Amino acid sequence: MATNSDFLVTVLLAFVRVVVVLVVLLTAIAYAVWLERKVVAHIQSRWGPYLVGPHGLLQPVADALKFLFKEDILPREVDRVVYYLAPFLAFTLAFASISVIPFGTSITIAGRTIPFEITNLNVGLLFVLAVTSLGVYGVVLAGWSSNSKFPLFGGLRSCAQMISYELALGLAVVGVVLISGSLSLREIVEHQQHHVWNIVIQPLGFLLYFTAAIAETNRTPFDLPEAESELVGGFHTEYSSFKFAMFFMAEYANIVTVSCLATLLFFGGWSGPVFGPPLLRALVPTFWFCAKVFCFLFVYIWIRGTLPRFRYDQLMSFGWRVLLPVGLLNVLLTGFLVAWGVI
Amino acid sequence: MAPLFYIFAAVAILAGLSVVLQRTPVYSALSLIVVLCSLAVVYLLLGAEFLAVVQVIIYAGAIMVLFVLVIMLLNARQESPTDRSRIARIAGVPLLAVFVAEILVAVWGQFGNSASPAPHGFDAGPRAVGELLFRNYVLPFEVTSVLILVAVLGAVVLAKKQL
Repeated sequence: MATNSDFLVTVLLAFVRVVVVLVVLLTAIAYAVWLERKVVAHIQSRWGPYLVGPHGLLQPVADALKFLFKEDILPREVDRVVYYLAPFLAFTLAFASISVIPFGTSITIAGRTIPFEITNLNVGLLFVLAVTSLGVYGVVLAGWSSNSKFPLFGGLRSCAQMISYELALGLAVVGVVLISGSLSLREIVEHQQHHVWNIVIQPLGFLLYFTAAIAETNRTPFDLPEAESELVGGFHTEYSSFKFAMFFMAEYANIVTVSCLATLLFFGGWSGPVFGPPLLRALVPTFWFCAKVFCFLFVYIWIRGTLPRFRYDQLMSFGWRVLLPVGLLNVLLTGFLVAWGVI
Repeated sequence: MAPLFYIFAAVAILAGLSVVLQRTPVYSALSLIVVLCSLAVVYLLLGAEFLAVVQVIIYAGAIMVLFVLVIMLLNARQESPTDRSRIARIAGVPLLAVFVAEILVAVWGQFGNSASPAPHGFDAGPRAVGELLFRNYVLPFEVTSVLILVAVLGAVVLAKKQL
């Protein structure tokens, strides 16, 4: 009987963790959109959303309701199966990668230790990269199935871009893996707690990672797949209503994921000054983690408000002729340093 | 674990059939991605997490993206049936029978040995794979990379000729 109730509690706890992470992530996405509109508005000397709620704080709710009640248009001659599959694929994959991200240490309630994460995979870092590499299908299939020229160009561009920058992204994290000797995100953070944050010894790796991550999530200045001045809206031109909202949420979920990963890999994850009673000791690390992720989100928006869009050929030659060689150099240098026992 | 294995094995086989039977090239490619992902789950069930993730990154995430890209560039919508080749009509079924028999014999030979295909102390982590690759099999590994380099050079030369 005891083992049976034990099993039930474990299942229940896992369920609670999933629900908490999903709710927090969805809220974070909603308010990342609000933050983006606000920050970009202030950069451009405007007020941004101001009418719905104080300082426009209820704008995400209004937007969600609007998406729900918009007419769902199915263009003629689309490939129905793939057309419906694409937004689901983009959305599911974007949310799947959050499942291996650890948010803090752990909390002990009634003799039971609950880690702050959905699951701990010993190849967590590779899992995130794998899910990200599958994410391109959502975009590509949306572009193809719409049977319309602008989405097709958007899909093709995004396909080429994501393949090119995935390499740089993978190479950028190799340095971190070499230093900590593990692919588990938790172990990478723990290694940084015992030594120094990886940003100190991997500044080049961080710059590479951050640049490639912006391109991988299709953000300005690398948002060629949805360049509105030349492609209308890119791959999601023919999507309306909630299917469009799913692409939208997937994009912001990806931004949150790469920000989490940047925090974990280069900025010591949840490490920071910890104080107070045991409960506070368990929660403060999570606060540090969220604060660091927030900083990254802000920098993302700041970059969007500041830099103009690249040209397509510039984007490709930058990826292959600059990021890739520099990434290889970083791996080589870090490999030598690790082999000589310097770091 | 066993029910999960049967579910994903069935998914892999059905998707594999769908690769061959679909008329639209994009559907075939998508079915192939399903096959590769279900194989990754089977690796995962065997405790080879690293192999599972690498399978998804390389096959589903890189190679199949190129397949889909090429299909999109050619804008292949639906295959038109051609006259089936005579060799395929005559030799197809017997060759298939031989192939299936071969697999059955191989599987039959395995069944008596042990219940679990993964032996005890079996390590498929990145460290173990890396050591095998760069110590025991370093020559085949390097030869393979040279082979791939040759293929890349060949592709560049062919493309330049057309320009």
